[in-house]
Amino acid sequence: MSERDTSKIDSIIDQYGADKELLTSIFDEIQNEYGYLSRFALTRVSERLGVPEGQIYAVATFYKAFSLTPRGRHQIRVCLGTACHVRGAEAVLRRVERELGIEDGESTGDMEYALETVNCLGACALGPVVTIDDQYYGEMTPAKVAELLEKHRAGEVGK
Amino acid sequence: MKSLGSVEELEEARSAIRTGSGSRRRSITVCSGTGCQALGADRVLEAFRDELEKRNLSDEVNLKPTGCHGFCERGPIVVVEPGGVLYPGVEARQVPEIVSRTVLGGEIIDDLLYIDPITGERAVRKDDLAFYRHQQRIIIGDNERLNPGSIEDYIAIGGYAALGKVLSKMTPEDVIEEVKSSGLRGRGGGGFPTGRKWESCRRAKGEPKYVICNADEGDPGAYMDRSLLEGNPHRVLEGMAIGAYAIGSSEGYIYVRSEYPLATKNVQRAIEWAGKLGLLGEDILGSGFDFQVKVVSGGGAFVCGESTALMASIEAKRGEPRPKYIHTVARGLWNKPTTLNNVETWANIPVIIERGAEWYSKIGTEGSKGTKIFSLVGNINNTGLVEVPMGTTFEEIIFKIGGGIPDGRKLKAVQTGGPSGGCIPSQLMDMPIDFDALTKAGSMMGSGGMIVMDEGTCMVDIAKYFVNFLKRESCGKCTPCREGLYQMSEILEDISAGRGEIGQLDLLQQLAQVMRDASLCALGRTAANPVLSTIRYFREEYEAHIRDHVCPAKVCTGLVSYTIDPEICTACGRCRKVCPADAITGERKVPHEIDQEKCIRCGACFETCKFGAIVKV
Repeated sequence: MSERDTSKIDSIIDQYGADKELLTSIFDEIQNEYGYLSRFALTRVSERLGVPEGQIYAVATFYKAFSLTPRGRHQIRVCLGTACHVRGAEAVLRRVERELGIEDGESTGDMEYALETVNCLGACALGPVVTIDDQYYGEMTPAKVAELLEKHRAGEVGK
Repeated sequence: MKSLGSVEELEEARSAIRTGSGSRRRSITVCSGTGCQALGADRVLEAFRDELEKRNLSDEVNLKPTGCHGFCERGPIVVVEPGGVLYPGVEARQVPEIVSRTVLGGEIIDDLLYIDPITGERAVRKDDLAFYRHQQRIIIGDNERLNPGSIEDYIAIGGYAALGKVLSKMTPEDVIEEVKSSGLRGRGGGGFPTGRKWESCRRAKGEPKYVICNADEGDPGAYMDRSLLEGNPHRVLEGMAIGAYAIGSSEGYIYVRSEYPLATKNVQRAIEWAGKLGLLGEDILGSGFDFQVKVVSGGGAFVCGESTALMASIEAKRGEPRPKYIHTVARGLWNKPTTLNNVETWANIPVIIERGAEWYSKIGTEGSKGTKIFSLVGNINNTGLVEVPMGTTFEEIIFKIGGGIPDGRKLKAVQTGGPSGGCIPSQLMDMPIDFDALTKAGSMMGSGGMIVMDEGTCMVDIAKYFVNFLKRESCGKCTPCREGLYQMSEILEDISAGRGEIGQLDLLQQLAQVMRDASLCALGRTAANPVLSTIRYFREEYEAHIRDHVCPAKVCTGLVSYTIDPEICTACGRCRKVCPADAITGERKVPHEIDQEKCIRCGACFETCKFGAIVKV
């Protein structure tokens, strides 16, 4: 699907009644569709909602959930909530970073994986938690997460 | 079901549901909250559906996916009625046996029951579990009784009766009076009296007025609001409708964080159904009262949990707070009078209206009424959501309900109130928990996160964790918060790396004072609490880092090193293989060694060694 497809972006905007109070929901939906918020999409949202482009960018860059650059196909999220932290989430994150050769907020060179940290996924009983796309993996350790990534790469889990 | 035009019609519908399919004697509930789903609840539910179909039992047995039961540690939780037999950690392969023996045969399968790790006793019913027995679940308890996707389920357990009562028998002033005398205080953090907030908003000039449900549950380690919104969305909507009626509003918003997709989905579906039945929208129950609700998705900014930042976010602006010389009850969203309460507060409202302020105010302490849901997480045996009367002590929650600390380790501290809160040391565990006691102890209630920390936790590391968290989340609008956190982070980084100086503790306290006095919003004003409370209760630990260059808990990587005990090492070579820095040397059958120069202190070898040969020093 072309990123410059006005009709798709318009249909997302219409789905939310072109209501500027639902701007973040519209961003969410566009990002789900394309993986990020393109310049083209932001300009279109600005025109359709009647919100100045400057304000659109102010909002898009303020929230952690939005990316203005393309991201890897599979989203890996490492929870750094307090419950995960006291059970060793930092070490899990360091291992993921090392395995993928990227840092928080980056994507791998082959655009296969994007890594981000989150404040809390609210699945504290399973901590430390890592999600790949929308699948939860609980009670992670550095060794277990390395194994998980290997399996995911091989197509044995997720995908 | 058709739209309900009056309170009488609602009551008729209720009796119809109760005598209809909802009355089926046999039922299986499968907890399908986010926690249990992550553990495979969907597969279990599917297996039950298949099994019931195979045996032609689909019409006889009521299979119900429900919201979070709170005992997340041992999900997916399955409860079979009659008898209320509870099976924890159910797997899809066990489903046929449960159907044939328990559902059909009425037999209890001993092997699948919960075994108390301390007493070794088997528990059959929910109340046999120490985790549930010591709770008073007036708010979260209904999660177990209903499918969040079914408005009929909610009506069957008495849902929307409070709204009916308000619309047919009470004036807005009566409602405010009732909420005021219940003593309910806001469950989102500050603990402001809810009734007084509503009263000011009702009296404020300006039209239209708005009500907002704050579901931007940002405190890491707290997930009670997610579970309520996910598991019982109609209860929250009913509370909001009652609040809207009381203050004279017809428009409401629910601001949900984007990390909670299931909560968003469930509440959206609930709004749709309530609209269809005339319980939301225009002329609710034929009373002439209108109320619409919109769901707004947050963008993952912690500061948006602050009321004015949240409102800016709805206005399609950056989520930055503003000074509150004029309160939001007078000028809030779009500069109009606005009442904002958190999810749990709204969920309390229908209970107060139905059972009365007098009943409600008997629960809790002098200054804090009702129950509070805590999310008990961290180094604790029974992780989960715990609802207890205000005034319950930490000891009761951690040891009676939570089952104590895993692996025989010692309790060190409990962190409450999220990044704005503080750490309460183990010697204060007999303290009854309420809004005022926590504030006095240097922490706060916050939204109810309760993170248990064992002796393996470093308090300097915890302070650094929260400061770094807030440094990332500070919106940057005011200097004391933005720069204060940056400086605090630098200092704590120094201390945890063994580069600290003793005067830095005073400097931290001075910075804290400035941030408390001069920050724009509560995020900045309370940001130093984790630092201040850890210095207050664990000063000697800071001093050990600074003076002796030692991290007593062996957490701070800069102060820890790893060595191999040659007596224990079997030279299996596993550590050598996992070491990312090639710092481990050794041949087969020759004990291995770690080159301290090359070691990056990642701990991979420590974790891999099966023999405990690698020691932290």
